[in-house]
Amino acid sequence: MEATGAEIVVRCLAEEGVEFVFGYPGGAVLNIYDEIFKQNKFKHVLVRHEQAAVHAADAYARATGRVGVALVTSGPGVTNAVTGIATAYMDSIPIVVVTGQVPTAAIGLDAFQEVDTVGITRPCVKHNFLVKDVKDLAVTMKKAFIIASTGRPGPVVVDVPKDVTAHLTEFEYPATLEMRSYSPVAKGHSGQMKRAVQMLLEAKRPMIYTGGGVVLGDASEQLAEFTRLLGFPITNTLMGLGGFPATDRQNLGMLGMHGTYEANMAMQHCDVLLAVGARFDDRVIGNPAHFAREQRRIIHVDIDPSSISKRVRVDVPIVGDVQNVLADMLVLLKQAKEKPDAAALNAWWTQIELWRSKDCLKYNRNGAIIKPQYVVEKLWEVTGGDAFITSDVGQHQMWAAQYYKFDKPRRWINSGGLGTMGVGLPYAMGVQLAFPDAQVACITGESSIQMNIQELSTCKQYRIPVKVVTLNNRYMGMVRQWQEFFYGSRYAESYMESLPDFVKLAESYGHVGMRIDKPEDVEAALKEAFSPALKERMVFMDFQTDQTENVFPMVEGGKGLSEMILAEEL
Amino acid sequence: MRHIISLLMENEAGALSRVAGLFSARGYNIESLTVAPTEDATLSRMTIVTTGSEEIIEQITKQLNKLVDVIKVMDLTEGRHIERELMLVKVKAVGTGREEMKRTADIFRGRIIDVTDATYTIELTGTGSKLDAFLEAIDSAFIIETVRTGASGIGRGERSLKA
Ligand SMILES: Cc1cc2nc3c(=O)[nH]c(=O)nc-3n(C[C@H](O)[C@H](O)[C@H](O)COP(=O)(O)OP(=O)(O)OC[C@H]3O[C@@H](n4cnc5c(N)ncnc54)[C@H](O)[C@@H]3O)c2cc1C
Ligand SMILES: Cc1ncc(C[n+]2csc(CCOP(=O)(O)OP(=O)(O)O)c2C)c(N)n1
Ligand SMILES: [Mg+2]
Repeated sequence: MEATGAEIVVRCLAEEGVEFVFGYPGGAVLNIYDEIFKQNKFKHVLVRHEQAAVHAADAYARATGRVGVALVTSGPGVTNAVTGIATAYMDSIPIVVVTGQVPTAAIGLDAFQEVDTVGITRPCVKHNFLVKDVKDLAVTMKKAFIIASTGRPGPVVVDVPKDVTAHLTEFEYPATLEMRSYSPVAKGHSGQMKRAVQMLLEAKRPMIYTGGGVVLGDASEQLAEFTRLLGFPITNTLMGLGGFPATDRQNLGMLGMHGTYEANMAMQHCDVLLAVGARFDDRVIGNPAHFAREQRRIIHVDIDPSSISKRVRVDVPIVGDVQNVLADMLVLLKQAKEKPDAAALNAWWTQIELWRSKDCLKYNRNGAIIKPQYVVEKLWEVTGGDAFITSDVGQHQMWAAQYYKFDKPRRWINSGGLGTMGVGLPYAMGVQLAFPDAQVACITGESSIQMNIQELSTCKQYRIPVKVVTLNNRYMGMVRQWQEFFYGSRYAESYMESLPDFVKLAESYGHVGMRIDKPEDVEAALKEAFSPALKERMVFMDFQTDQTENVFPMVEGGKGLSEMILAEEL
Repeated sequence: MRHIISLLMENEAGALSRVAGLFSARGYNIESLTVAPTEDATLSRMTIVTTGSEEIIEQITKQLNKLVDVIKVMDLTEGRHIERELMLVKVKAVGTGREEMKRTADIFRGRIIDVTDATYTIELTGTGSKLDAFLEAIDSAFIIETVRTGASGIGRGERSLKA
């Protein structure tokens, strides 16, 4: 039977087992929306801004490991979606974005709502397609899902002109598909893996540093077994949190610009470093020249060869999927006659414990003003450490990362690479829809939340009961902190005045609003928000926090990892 | 160091812009870039001449390989290879200079492919440096126009780039 392009798009999504399509209609996609209206295989979620559609699809992917899907119209629909696409791209998140386009005959004629979607999105997608012939549509959709979800994942855009959605062709959805130009490496090189295991067993001061790749590659079980067998210290990047349990003593916490003292010191002073699914980001290793001053041998496991030896020289590169590579190295490790050097390891741990005893995350708990760190700690307690936490970008994001101890992967949903303010609320929506019974909290700032505040309306329509935890310091705190440290406390445009009454705002959408001013009320408010009585309700908590609190430790731009500013030194 | 990178990619609309976009987005140098379909019309063969440190060249080849449309990448300069570029030069050819110009073209194995009373158009092929040498050998005041294709390259012997 012949089908129209619009039917084909919808049937391909159904074939892929898509549960949710996050989108917003417009002229170029009306044929597709008409087919969505007629089907019941997946649910369409109408957001209030296309950026939020892509963020919600992105969060769905981060939380479930499956491909997220968004649908937007041509022109402004696409340009609104670009921030979402770039956000997913920087963190390697598998999403497929279907975009409407003007009819093929109108392309290039400055038609109404025409933009060069393939051109605009090219630098921030893993791949993109313009489908000019309806006969190519099903195959292109299949390719999009394969490319998005395999190898190093990433966003794929499929641009479909309006006439193509009306044209007819036979519909057949390929079960699999070979692409001669695309074949990601899965298995690691056996010789390199042997060298790596040998090097690890010879180490005196070993360190394991893992990132988003462990989460994306669903390898946390393999990582846990590997790390525990070796007894080595481990640190996670911001994107890798939850890849190894935060409450495990072997975990030194996050490293990097706002990493713990012990993680950064161990990273700087180790003699063998095993990097797994982490890309030596500039917010992670500080000044690369300073990092290179210390002699250490580096083993780097990554599925993307271009991540290896990009910012630091690597001694043993291993290209492959982290799950396979760790499983294979685990076998080699168990077969090896040698054991890790127990005496050396003991001495190393003694040194690490000394660093850890600095207690670099301590803060003043006795004031009359709510400390943001305290809110996150209490949230961790109240949710039993088992919630999905999304965040926006700023100080609150760092406090969430530092004080909510993630023991499981895919629980921490944030924008690391692009650092996009405004992701928090749509992220929480995507996660909550995927896991309707889970506790989902969005830790945000009063500035970030306003960047996609319109989504309170989406939460109302679909009864999405996310809990928003606003650490309201009446400042773009992260900006204010830099201005305090590096610009002589000249707070140029980083205040947030004329704020709405968030309680009333939430209530106007039919949600529950709470304002919390005193430390002694924090716990009760959180308990109430997560109580069975409010389980079905969206709750907006506005915590009035200390305006001048800063995030510590901190490695200034250009400084070395071991040159941290600690709280007490100020 | 100067490198000649050869690649095979799907002959699809926008393929060239993916490569050009990669070079500009990541700040890599492009000295020249040539592209045309191969004997298999679904494939394009591209030759890129670039310069950079070993680390940068390594990243360039990795990033090119990562492009979904790219099938194979080879750094020709890593092995024995042949490099050729085509140049067309239109020069003033009058009086005694006319004979002189013909002689210089002959020395460089150039061919005169168009003639008027006052001009020659000379076709030359060779490595980029040979073409440079020709331009240096003639008085620049005589040059009316030059057009160069940029280098194409191929491996010597058995060395080849196949899909
Ligand atoms: C305000 C702010 C402050 C920040 N401060 C810090 C900080 O203090 N510390 C910190 O760590 N970050 C910080 N970041 C985040 C930072 O910018 C980077 O996003 C982050 O460090 C990158 O994490 P990653 O190295 O784990 O790489 P990711 O971006 O998660 O990349 C994953 C890597 O794994 C690879 N990979 C993917 N799938 C697989 C697989 N299946 N098998 C093998 N490999 C795979 C990919 O190719 C890639 O190289 C901050 C961000 C913001 C916005
Ligand atoms: C879209 C966007 N614009 C600007 C920035 C730069 N920026 C980073 S943090 C920040 C302030 C965030 O303020 P708030 O949400 O109140 O969080 P706080 O730091 O106060 O916790 C800004 C403006 C950004 N990351 N994203
Ligand atoms: Mg703030």
